[in-house]
Amino acid sequence: MADWTAFLYAILGTVLISFFGMGFGLGILGVDRKLAAHMQARIGPPLRQPFIDFRKLLLKENIVPENAIPWLFNAAPVFALASSITILLYLPIGGLPPVLGNYGDIILVMYLLTVPALAMVAGGFASGSPYATVGAQREMITMIAYEFPLATVLIALAWRLSVLGVANPFSLSALTATPVWAMAGPLGAVGAVLLLIVLILVTPGELSRVPFDTPEAETELAGGLIVEYSGRNLAMFYLAQGVKTVAMTSVIVALFFPWGLSGLIPGSPVTGFVADLIFYVIKVLAVVFISVSVIRVVMARFRINQVVTLYWVFIGGLGILGLLLLVLDSLGGV
Amino acid sequence: MKPTPALNRSLWVFHLNTGSCNGCEIEIVAAITPRYDPERFGIKLVGSPRHADVLMVTGPVPKKMKERVLRVYAQTPDPKVVICCGTCGESGGVYYDSYNLDGPIDDVIPVDVYISGCPPRPEAILHGVVKAIEKLERLERGAA
Repeated sequence: MADWTAFLYAILGTVLISFFGMGFGLGILGVDRKLAAHMQARIGPPLRQPFIDFRKLLLKENIVPENAIPWLFNAAPVFALASSITILLYLPIGGLPPVLGNYGDIILVMYLLTVPALAMVAGGFASGSPYATVGAQREMITMIAYEFPLATVLIALAWRLSVLGVANPFSLSALTATPVWAMAGPLGAVGAVLLLIVLILVTPGELSRVPFDTPEAETELAGGLIVEYSGRNLAMFYLAQGVKTVAMTSVIVALFFPWGLSGLIPGSPVTGFVADLIFYVIKVLAVVFISVSVIRVVMARFRINQVVTLYWVFIGGLGILGLLLLVLDSLGGV
Repeated sequence: MKPTPALNRSLWVFHLNTGSCNGCEIEIVAAITPRYDPERFGIKLVGSPRHADVLMVTGPVPKKMKERVLRVYAQTPDPKVVICCGTCGESGGVYYDSYNLDGPIDDVIPVDVYISGCPPRPEAILHGVVKAIEKLERLERGAA
C-alpha cells in the first residue's frame, strides 16, 4: 500500500512539476526581458512575451535541413526539455520536498545540469551546418570550463556538512536542512559569500547567457548551436531554456537560501504551503535578477579563450579560496 | 498556413543585405535603439533566417547575390513576410538600369511591404513593420 502511494506521489508530482516548471520558466524569461529593458531605459516587451513567442514558434514551419541527421536533429530538443524537467524533480520547490529526493543527490543534479547542454551539442553537430558545429565545440569547451568552479562549490558545502557528522552530506534534504550560514563562523561566512558569488557567476555560463553566450553568439555564429532550428524544435529549445533557468536558480536557492515561511505563519498547512511557494518564487526571481539580468545588461560577450581562463583561473580560484576559508573556519571551531 | 495573433505580436526580423551601401543598415540599427524600442511589440533581430518571421531586405540585388537571396528566402520558415527597406531595393536607386543588377528585390522574391527613403528614417522603418503587421492581420481575417 505504501508503495502505491509513493508511486502515485511520484507520478502526480512529476506531472505537476513539469507544468509548473514550463510555465514558471517562460514567466522568468519574461521578467528577465522586462527588467533588462527597464535597465536600458526602454519599456520592453509585455511580461507574457515568451508565451507569445512560444505559441508563434509552434505555428511556424519545422524545417529539417538536407545535411542534417533527421532523428538526432529532432531528438535533441526533446532531450533538452525532458532533462531540464528531470532536474527539477530532484530539487525542493517551495515547501515541497523533492519528488525523487530519495533517489538522487546534488552530484546527480550536477551531472543532469550538463545533459541539456549535451543535447544541444548533439543537435548542433547533427544539423550539418558549420556555424552549428563551431557553436557545439564552443559549448563543450564552456561546459568543461564551468564544471570546475561548480564542483568546487558543491564539494565545499558538502564537506562542511560532513565535518558536522551529517550522515549523507550530498543529499539535498541534508543540504537544505542546514544552510551554510547557520553553521559557519565569521571566517566561514566570508567563505560562503565567496562560494555564492562563484555559483552566481557560473549561472550565466550554465544557461549560455551574456557574457558567456559564446556558443550561441548571434553576431558571429548566427545563433550557433541552434542556427538550423526552426518552428516546433526551436520552441522546445526555448522552453528548455526557461526550465533550465528555473533549475539552476533553484539549485542556488536550495543551497544558500533554503528558508521557508511556513514556520512563521500560523494557520493551516495549506496557507503555509502557499506562502512557501510565493516566497520561493520571489527568491528565484531575485537570484535570476542578479545572476542573469544584471550581468547580461552590464557586460559584453567574452571570447571563448577568455571564458576558459575566467572560469578556471579566476572564478575557480575564488571557489578554492571559499573552500579554504570554510576549512579554516571549521578547524578553528572544532 | 494561416497567421494568428501570436505571430503579429512576436515578429523576429532577419536582416538581409543584398549589396546595400550600409546606410539602411545604420538606420535599422537606429530603429532598434532604446529611443524607439521595437521590443515593446515583441520585435527582435535574430541571427539566422531559420528563426525569422520577417525578412528585412536592403540593397539592389546584384547578379552574384540573386542566388543567395533565393536561398535565404527558402530557408525562412512559413508564414513569413518580406519587407524591402530603402530605395535601392524598390527601384535600383542610384544603380537603376545598371548592367550588373538582377534586382530590384521584387524581381527576385515576392515583397509584402516597401519602405522608401535613401536611407529611410527609423520612424519610417517602424511604420513599415506596422504595415507588415496590418497585412498579417488582413491575412488572418481571410482577405488577401
